Amino acid sequence: MEKISLQFDRIKEKMNFIKPNKKRDFLLLATLILALPYIINSQYLLRIVIMIGVYSILALSLGLVTGYAGQVSLGHAAFYAIGAYFSAVLSVNFGISFFITAPIAAIAAAICGLLLGLPTLRLSGTYLAITTLGFCEVVRMVLLNWEKVTNGPLGINRIPRPSLLGFDLTLANNGMYYLMVFFLVFTTVVMLAIVRSKIGRAMMAIREDELAATMMGIKTTTYKVIAFVVSAFFSGLAGAFYAHMIRFIDPNTFTFDTSIMILSIVILGGMGTIKGMFLGAAILVSFPEVLRFLQEYRFVVYGMVLVLMMRFRPQGILGGQKKTAYKLPKGVIVDINSNNSSIEVREAMNTVEEVI
Amino acid sequence: MTFLEVKDVSKHFGGLVAVDKVSLEINEGEIVSIIGPNGAGKTTLFNMLTGVYALTEGEIIFEGKPIHNLVPQEIVKAGLARTFQNIRLFADMRVIENVLVGMHTNTEYNFFDLLFRTKRFRNQEIEKHQVAIAILDSIGLKEKMHNYATNLPYGDQRRLEIARAISTNAKILLLDEPAAGMNPQESEDLLCFIKSLRDKGYTIILIEHDMNVVMNISDRIYVIDHGKKIAEGLPVDIASNKRVIEAYLGRSEQSCSQ
Repeated sequence: MEKISLQFDRIKEKMNFIKPNKKRDFLLLATLILALPYIINSQYLLRIVIMIGVYSILALSLGLVTGYAGQVSLGHAAFYAIGAYFSAVLSVNFGISFFITAPIAAIAAAICGLLLGLPTLRLSGTYLAITTLGFCEVVRMVLLNWEKVTNGPLGINRIPRPSLLGFDLTLANNGMYYLMVFFLVFTTVVMLAIVRSKIGRAMMAIREDELAATMMGIKTTTYKVIAFVVSAFFSGLAGAFYAHMIRFIDPNTFTFDTSIMILSIVILGGMGTIKGMFLGAAILVSFPEVLRFLQEYRFVVYGMVLVLMMRFRPQGILGGQKKTAYKLPKGVIVDINSNNSSIEVREAMNTVEEVI
Repeated sequence: MTFLEVKDVSKHFGGLVAVDKVSLEINEGEIVSIIGPNGAGKTTLFNMLTGVYALTEGEIIFEGKPIHNLVPQEIVKAGLARTFQNIRLFADMRVIENVLVGMHTNTEYNFFDLLFRTKRFRNQEIEKHQVAIAILDSIGLKEKMHNYATNLPYGDQRRLEIARAISTNAKILLLDEPAAGMNPQESEDLLCFIKSLRDKGYTIILIEHDMNVVMNISDRIYVIDHGKKIAEGLPVDIASNKRVIEAYLGRSEQSCSQ
């Protein structure tokens, strides 16, 4: 059993070996992403790719809460729904442009995240999971029954397309694809910025040992709430994008299944990773499509893949300890005692020694 | 003025009196040991000092200010940091990250700085990483800073916990059985290290069972049994104190006749 996991690590190492040049890889990846619609040249495939993007955003945002801060949320579809409905209602009823409604929707979701997070994040583990699950159901019930605004079970249709300077972004002219790429890059950049900072470290410390984190002076509830609010913001953004792409939303899009789907992506991709979210989303979103030939059996296979994954690699595909060295910020001198370090460095070290 | 003054503190858990009117006086730059049999209430006392438990009665005064009503985070900021009896490192984080977490409260940049990677952010990150490396160097863990904490050998994990406590900018270090589970050589090294910390100006409060460590290192010793302070004084006095020997070994009539 262990062998398979080892094999996996070996493959991962080999993959690392192929790409030693960071700059080149980045350029290659960027070109590939930008040229993708012309390469695949199919609306059906493009729509799947966009959905992978949407779920990547959702997984990135849940990843901050679950993967980094270690708080399990079973209700992330609620924020997705709040974003979608907010943006849809504003643009359908008041004719406001998507580029204004989307940020508003994201902020609305973030505020809901704050309101939910403040009282509940003092809970942990199963209690928090159940509370978020309940929240998700409450939101769905509101959407179903507040017919005046949400149009109840009939949903909202003819949601206007996003238009930029009088130019409609659609699936056919690839506009929606590039918009998705923009949102995805935005989310990724913000998440990376948070994770690689003292806030990210504080969140991980909370995940590892909450009492010890408290004893280091970390206000644990504050950081859990921050994670929750940022997460809700981006889920709301993903929701707004989804609403204007599909142009029809109803409460059934945002059920418990969606929450579980997002959580599965985070776990499959690897908790506490950023790259894993993309990989997880790519696998889980495309899986039902790839397995279409199996017809009704495909969800059996889908479930089995998840079970096998948990058996043989519980830390997720890209999760677990990394073999690479810790990335120090540029300008940090490791060899503090060596003779060839400059005078300035030694001076700096003297002040440092005074501190400790 | 006493540096840290603990006045008649008690902790009751329902009907159980875990700590009963214990008073301690700790001067700056001392190594003070708290010893006592298992279950005597030593760790409970630590938990009260660091704000984990609220006091049932009494007060704790640090540098002239009462700290017993503060939350743990504020107590850390005031200058008391601790280690744990059962190691509580951030297991799946790197060694250097563990130390950086300790510096969390004095890493000064806000959300805006980190989003836009401002100069303040970069300078702070470099400075803190540099300090972290220096701390790890002083404790002999610099070569292992890239490791994950959970992969370190036991002795190193204990030392990393101390490094993490130091990194909070603490003035007083509360070490809860730092030599537990160490072999004689390791505990000897630790002894030297704790002495060197005192020479750097730290005040150290130690809970320890290893009598060799306690007698060698302590400036003063407090003995607690069943939640009550039963003796205090210099190591030589404590070693010959009748009540202390009783608490540890039992009375003669109990142990022999049957």
